Amino acid sequence: MKSLSKIRFILIIVSVIIGIVYSVPNFLKKSQQDQSFNFLPGKKINLGLDLQGGSYLLLKAKMDVVFAEKLESLLSDIRSSLRKSKVGYKKLTIQDDTISFQKRKGFSNDKIKSIIFSLDKNLIVENKLNSFFIKFSEQNKINITKSTMTQAIEIVRRRIDETGTNEPSIQQQGTDRIIVQLPGLDDPSRIKKLLGKTAKLTFQLAHPSIFPEDLNKESKAPPGFVKLQEDKNPDRFYMINKRVMVSGEMLKDASPTFDRNNSPSVSFQLSPLGGKKFGRVTGKNIGRAFAIVLDGKVVSAPVIQTQIFSTGQITGTFTVQETNDLALVLRSGALPAPMVILEERSVGPGLGSDSIAAGKIASVFGLIAVMVFMLITYGMFGIFANIALICNIIFIIALLSFLQATLTLPGIAGIVLTMGMAVDANVLIFERIKEEFNLGRNILEAIEAGFQRAISTIIDANLTTLFAALALFSFGSGPIKGFSVTLMIGIATSMFTAIVITKYIVLLYSKRKGINSVFLQG
Amino acid sequence: MKLLRLVPNNTNFDFLRIKVVAFFFSLIILSVTFISLIINNLNYGIDFKGGILLELRSKNLNTPNINELREKISTLNAGEVSIQNFGKDTDFLVRIQKQEGNQKEQIAMIEKVKSLTDKDYTVRRSEFVGPVVGDELKTAGIYAVSLALLSIMIYIWFRFEWQFSIAAILALIHDVLTTIGLFSILQLEFNLATIAAILTTAGYSINDTVVIFDRVRENLRRYKSKTHYFIYNKSINETLSRTVITSVTTLLALFIIFFFGGAVLSDFALAMIWGVIIGTFSSIFVAVSLLTYFNINKGEKVDDRTNVPEYEREN
Repeated sequence: MKSLSKIRFILIIVSVIIGIVYSVPNFLKKSQQDQSFNFLPGKKINLGLDLQGGSYLLLKAKMDVVFAEKLESLLSDIRSSLRKSKVGYKKLTIQDDTISFQKRKGFSNDKIKSIIFSLDKNLIVENKLNSFFIKFSEQNKINITKSTMTQAIEIVRRRIDETGTNEPSIQQQGTDRIIVQLPGLDDPSRIKKLLGKTAKLTFQLAHPSIFPEDLNKESKAPPGFVKLQEDKNPDRFYMINKRVMVSGEMLKDASPTFDRNNSPSVSFQLSPLGGKKFGRVTGKNIGRAFAIVLDGKVVSAPVIQTQIFSTGQITGTFTVQETNDLALVLRSGALPAPMVILEERSVGPGLGSDSIAAGKIASVFGLIAVMVFMLITYGMFGIFANIALICNIIFIIALLSFLQATLTLPGIAGIVLTMGMAVDANVLIFERIKEEFNLGRNILEAIEAGFQRAISTIIDANLTTLFAALALFSFGSGPIKGFSVTLMIGIATSMFTAIVITKYIVLLYSKRKGINSVFLQG
Repeated sequence: MKLLRLVPNNTNFDFLRIKVVAFFFSLIILSVTFISLIINNLNYGIDFKGGILLELRSKNLNTPNINELREKISTLNAGEVSIQNFGKDTDFLVRIQKQEGNQKEQIAMIEKVKSLTDKDYTVRRSEFVGPVVGDELKTAGIYAVSLALLSIMIYIWFRFEWQFSIAAILALIHDVLTTIGLFSILQLEFNLATIAAILTTAGYSINDTVVIFDRVRENLRRYKSKTHYFIYNKSINETLSRTVITSVTTLLALFIIFFFGGAVLSDFALAMIWGVIIGTFSSIFVAVSLLTYFNINKGEKVDDRTNVPEYEREN
């Protein structure tokens, strides 16, 4: 008989052995796996955050803020280019997303356009009479978003790495989003705080004669100055020179420490270039106050006592934890865009292990229930179906481990459900064999015909189910994706076991025992 | 050994005789679904609505008091708050509506609840979904279900005749709608897992339908002289044993998830238990019954694989 060929037998045995080898690590304790079974090639199944506990954060970069900043810097680039080329202009301003200015008489429009395009050839420049309007094109925005996101992911990674979180996963999603997964961390409030700060640090001089005591909510800033809130006290304001003396990019290092009064502070070290600049400004302004500005708020504004070069201290009203975090974010660099948290899901270790326990119980009970039912319904055929079912489960576990797919709680439900549905292919085959037998064929003919006819039905039925699983996969979000993956794997393995393994066992049995209708009784 | 027989051999039930009754039944449950959707709407979870969810477990196992917890949390003035037992007496699910203001306010609220309940409760799970994500998930869910239905319809059209595809898809829509109805009537939380349950149910139901349709197609060629009515009934009867056995094994697995799979999965399992039952019903009484309203050609398209040898055909 063709189907009883040795090759088929070897194929089955080999696939089952490979399946066992890859699924075994999942049943071993960590220590056993490391010591006695370290020869096994497979890894354990990846558990989803809902099973092992951990946090999932979905962040979005506020790109509109970045676009506005970039437009500001484009404005100053345009100003200096026009000056350099000695082009007369007036009313150079920004309104919403457009920079506009008017040229003075006697300058050619084409020359002005070419000056602007030399800054960036992708800009959109419109010219009406003497007025010019400049906007970012879509291409500009795409480029800005790309570079911002690359940088943002890097900074987010650095900040999270510094907290010592185990195996964080940080990846971009869509154009302006970042998914952060933190296994084992069930309270992400510190991480959220760290990612909530862009940490743009600047040192700027304070106004020589306008002091916080003179200022209130209604006060207006004179030209070249800006009124900023104090970080810890929103009712206190400072008048700060717009010019930035030194900015956070020139920081080399920052660490938490204590100041002379033994209150927590952050000490920093500037790069050589930054140190030179800082020394020059502080040397010229002894006796004046300079403000340490973090994310647009004044942390403190000490008076310059002596010339300061590369090292200094940021003092303020900090707790120790705050200085730790501030030093950390300063070391990691500023985020290029403010981040907002769109979605957060955290699962504690208690719930995770409870879910695993419930999943195990459901799987074992489900397996037993289905096997007992098949046995009492089909007798010997039921035993064959149960052997196929066990092979099926081995294959599912092995494939999940091999693909390093993520197993989630809905995924476990998917496996239990597959146990129920996987016997379907066997049921289809057995029912068909029985029918063919009752039509008066002999048993071997009935088996061949039964398989032949059932297979087309099995393929049709499973392919349509596969479409539903694929739709589910495309739907995307974490646990649901995990569920659809187990469902798809279950469909594939149950087809394989029914068509290949069950058939082989049935043929083998009927050949050994002779033509025998014992398992078609009832 | 005496084997269990759920369905006797060679049944000959006249399923199609009660098709009008069955249609009427479908009409009733569909109407109930629509009425409930109008009156109750769906109890959207935070996945779709946005908002905050915390699962708390009392540290003091003897005296968890839901009213005390309620009072405590009401001091936060968080707007609409729902607190309910979850699985165990010591476990509570706290749902808080999306807070006024931006993301900062939402996250601050989680922290407030945490610090308020810190002494007596451990936080087992905390979730926050912003309104933007909620809307996106809703759209994605609708797309996923539509995509699944459409691809199934095209496949069946391709493999069978167009009449089969229409009958199958109407049966599927019937299953999807009534499952949504179940969630509306019982006011179960409608979340991401529910979408998964609906799609799996759709997969199961179409599986069932295809098995019967396959047999219909085969019998249409085999019994050319018989009426459609006879052929449809015969096909349902021939596959009845398989239909029942597969439903039973699947339901066994689902009931076990329902009872032992933990509180998180119980609604999920419930949706699928309903789905399997209604899916089995609809395969017979919606999908096949609908076929009777089409005049399907017998064996116009000859397919080698299912072509039946002369000696096997009747007459």
